[in-house]
Amino acid sequence: MSTQELELGLDTFGYITVDESGRPLPPDVVIRNYVEEAVLADSVGIDSFNIGEHYRPDFMDSAAHVMLAAIAGRTKRIRLGTAVTVLSTQDPVRVYTNFATLDAVSNGRAQLVVGRGSLTESFPLFGFDLADYEELFEEKLDLFTRLLRDQPVTWSGRFRSPLVNQYVTPALPEGHLPTWVGVGGSPQSVVRAARYGLPLMLAVIGGPPGRFAPLVELYKRALEAYGHQPLPIGMHSHGYIARTDQEAVDIQYPYWEETFEKAALERGWARPTMARFQAERAGGSLYIGSPETVATKIAAMMRLLGLSRFDLAYATGRMPHKQRLATIELYGREVIPRVRELLADHPVPPISASYPSTGVTAQSGV
Amino acid sequence: MSSSQTGDRRLGIVGAGRVGTTIARAAVAAGYDVAISGSGAADRIALIVEVLAPGARPATTNEVVRHADLIVLAVPMHRFRELPRDLFAGKILIDAMNYWEEIDGVDQELATAPAGTSVVVQERFPSARVVKSLNHITYYKFDESRLPHGASGRIAIAAAGDDRAAVAAVMQLIDRLGFDAVDAGPLEAGLALEPNGSVFGVSYSADDLSNLLRPTASSA
Repeated sequence: MSTQELELGLDTFGYITVDESGRPLPPDVVIRNYVEEAVLADSVGIDSFNIGEHYRPDFMDSAAHVMLAAIAGRTKRIRLGTAVTVLSTQDPVRVYTNFATLDAVSNGRAQLVVGRGSLTESFPLFGFDLADYEELFEEKLDLFTRLLRDQPVTWSGRFRSPLVNQYVTPALPEGHLPTWVGVGGSPQSVVRAARYGLPLMLAVIGGPPGRFAPLVELYKRALEAYGHQPLPIGMHSHGYIARTDQEAVDIQYPYWEETFEKAALERGWARPTMARFQAERAGGSLYIGSPETVATKIAAMMRLLGLSRFDLAYATGRMPHKQRLATIELYGREVIPRVRELLADHPVPPISASYPSTGVTAQSGV
Repeated sequence: MSSSQTGDRRLGIVGAGRVGTTIARAAVAAGYDVAISGSGAADRIALIVEVLAPGARPATTNEVVRHADLIVLAVPMHRFRELPRDLFAGKILIDAMNYWEEIDGVDQELATAPAGTSVVVQERFPSARVVKSLNHITYYKFDESRLPHGASGRIAIAAAGDDRAAVAAVMQLIDRLGFDAVDAGPLEAGLALEPNGSVFGVSYSADDLSNLLRPTASSA
């Protein structure tokens, strides 16, 4: 792969963050802080800034396109996207108008990752039935790709009024608004992305990333079967970078623990432990450590899975703004150039050789 | 005694998602003749099975049921009621499903099932011999943690069911897949294997798993 085509981005869910004394900040301050973080990301050479979509008290990413428009006005180069847009519960026409307009105001920098979503609070909020989970996504992806590719659109479906010979403005220049499909490991979702001829974004939030290799193979085979050219594949995972491995662990662990403790209570997952955190750092899906540690792991995983895009979901949890800025700075100035260098010049050593063993075994549970 | 506890190595899997294909892959590696179905025609999952579980045979759900006495049910939990009540008559039905409100939506019957969701599954399929199993370890452990019988460091999988011969057959399957099998007791003891249950989502040795499942675990 050519290093020119690599995209190394940042993802955020707009967590409510705390101040230095541990008190949660007001939502408006949190949102403006994320705009500042994106502005910094642009200035240190990060390729993209992508915002999630949730409707929960601890996440401020309910209107990513508005934040991205504010960021667009203050940046020049960075691509502006989502991670992920829950297309199942949105009107594809509205998603199109919002993001085609973002593309215009940002001079062609808008992009999307669309998915079914892993948290489903948007279904009752917008009056959709979770029983229609699959059908909703399929139908909305169908309409959305038609709006991207074949205007005027004549279309009908179960979940919204039909369109007849409809143009939706603004028109997009050829190739603008690249739209990726986010998947969490469902083979059917991988095949669907291939069927629509859309690039694939793997959300890998736990366990060894190598286990996604068969899904990558499935995606390639399915693209071929549907008569499409090869398309890019990316991955989203959590991480945090500090000056040293130990500093990164010390800063990130308490917020990671707090976040996954909450997820464990809500979703019945196993509770987070330091052993699991360290196992995820060593052989799993956490990219936490010094710039060299994190760059080596990102490069190894990109090579292993044949990825051209990696999005770091940086600074998990309520971590303060100042520490988020610090990790963005290191990611842009040190990690990204090092990943490009590793992928361009040097053979990437196997992950077990380049990454310190923690002595943690499967029995500790991941 | 079921034929599936002797030399028979045929396995049926209903559900070709993440969990179904992963179990299919492990079963093929263990020498099983595996038939697997998604929703609808077999050719809809042909490519998925060819890439993710080579050696398994894509089939319709009816063909899967005819194929084996031992059937794994691995469909999204909000869809199991779409299957006919007598589909699994006389079969050992391994309930590998988990109820996730975040994925399946609010389902009062499942959310409040006092004796666990497998009891609800048994009520839905009264003629099946339901065993709850294969649901409580992280799915990719089926790939990365399987070890031969007697190897040290094996992790354990529990089986809970009222039909003791069915539980024995499932425990044999677990062993052949590469894991130590633990008898968790009657079907309602499967509650401990569910999300929010005492052993869910973490890998344990057989001894640790047995201890954690006590006092509900039998001394089988």
